Amino acid sequence: MRMTPRFSWLPTPYRSLLLFVIWLLLNQSLALLHLFFATVLAIGIPWICYRFRDPQPLIERPGLALRYILRVFADIITANAQVAVLILGPVKKLRPAFVRIPLDLQHNLPLTILAASVSMTPGTVSADIYPSIEHLAPDEPQPQRWLLIHVLDMDNEAELIATIKSRYEAPLKEIFQC
Amino acid sequence: MLAQVIFLVFGMISLALLLNLWRLMRGPSLPDRILALDTMYINSIALIILYGLLMGSPLYFEAALLIAMIGFVSTVAVCKFLLRGDIIE
Amino acid sequence: MNHWLEWAVAFFLLLGGSFVLIGSIGLVRMPDFFTRLHGPTKATTLGMGGILLGSIFYFSMSPETLSVHEMLITIFLLITAPVSAHMLIKTALHHRLKAVEHTQGEQELKRGQAFASKEGNRSETPDD
Repeated sequence: MRMTPRFSWLPTPYRSLLLFVIWLLLNQSLALLHLFFATVLAIGIPWICYRFRDPQPLIERPGLALRYILRVFADIITANAQVAVLILGPVKKLRPAFVRIPLDLQHNLPLTILAASVSMTPGTVSADIYPSIEHLAPDEPQPQRWLLIHVLDMDNEAELIATIKSRYEAPLKEIFQC
Repeated sequence: MLAQVIFLVFGMISLALLLNLWRLMRGPSLPDRILALDTMYINSIALIILYGLLMGSPLYFEAALLIAMIGFVSTVAVCKFLLRGDIIE
Repeated sequence: MNHWLEWAVAFFLLLGGSFVLIGSIGLVRMPDFFTRLHGPTKATTLGMGGILLGSIFYFSMSPETLSVHEMLITIFLLITAPVSAHMLIKTALHHRLKAVEHTQGEQELKRGQAFASKEGNRSETPDD
């Protein structure tokens, strides 16, 4: 796991890329002037802002991250169709449930991404991550943390937990190498 | 043909907004009402985009973007208020 | 060529409109807050994606213009939808909203409520 950026003038390369693309999208043009301004903003904003945040693990495997994003997109589409069918189907037959999932990840950024992708995908909404560790002293041992999710229609609890752990958490561990 | 489709989708989204309004009035709890408001702003973005389509003008995009941002921030602020009784602690 | 684009616009608009409508139907039909949350967060994001794709194709129909800045709204909604869903469900846990009776995992709900309320955050682990 790597917490310090590789270049000090480009602390967050992927966020810079995102800012670059967003500026060009806002202006809808590829003119030289806009490219210049996009570059200035993409380098300037992260350079000023990165010290405001706590250091987070950095992306080590960009290829895997891209695959993860594509997988989440595909899952969003299937999950949407699934949820649409469940909503239009008989309400009495739904089997809503609360499930908690033991977490292996420790840091805030990967945990946020995990919770967001769980919310967007298979008929689940992430509710809480507990216990909170903000009040712990740095040398205190980290407690086992849990992700509480609400499931719209649960078939098999063990299977659901295994799916989420292998489909979303394992790639995230690989991407951030933690 | 496209004009008819646009009007049909207008009807669908207006119906969706009415359903949201029903949930907003019905409640029964505060989070339900916030959820209804949250859905309403997303649906109104759809309505504005569609109106822009009908008028053939890309100008309405900015309004939609603004509503998206303000709506998100207000949802989070109201939730935070209900969680803590204070927006900024 | 234009003919095909027109069909694509119609298809995406209809797809988006129906998903938005389904999300709102879920908001009305579902029995408790936690199940109601699923419709708007999921179905509505795909619905908005459909409508914005339709808009992109529509404004790209005229030659020499390419309208892609609708992508921004899609990206923004994709990023913010889980966050607002999380805030809403946390508020619901804090207010101890009741789940429908046949909800499984009653214990997990209780534990979550204990952690979500202020006392739970500040004190030791609530006992199981």
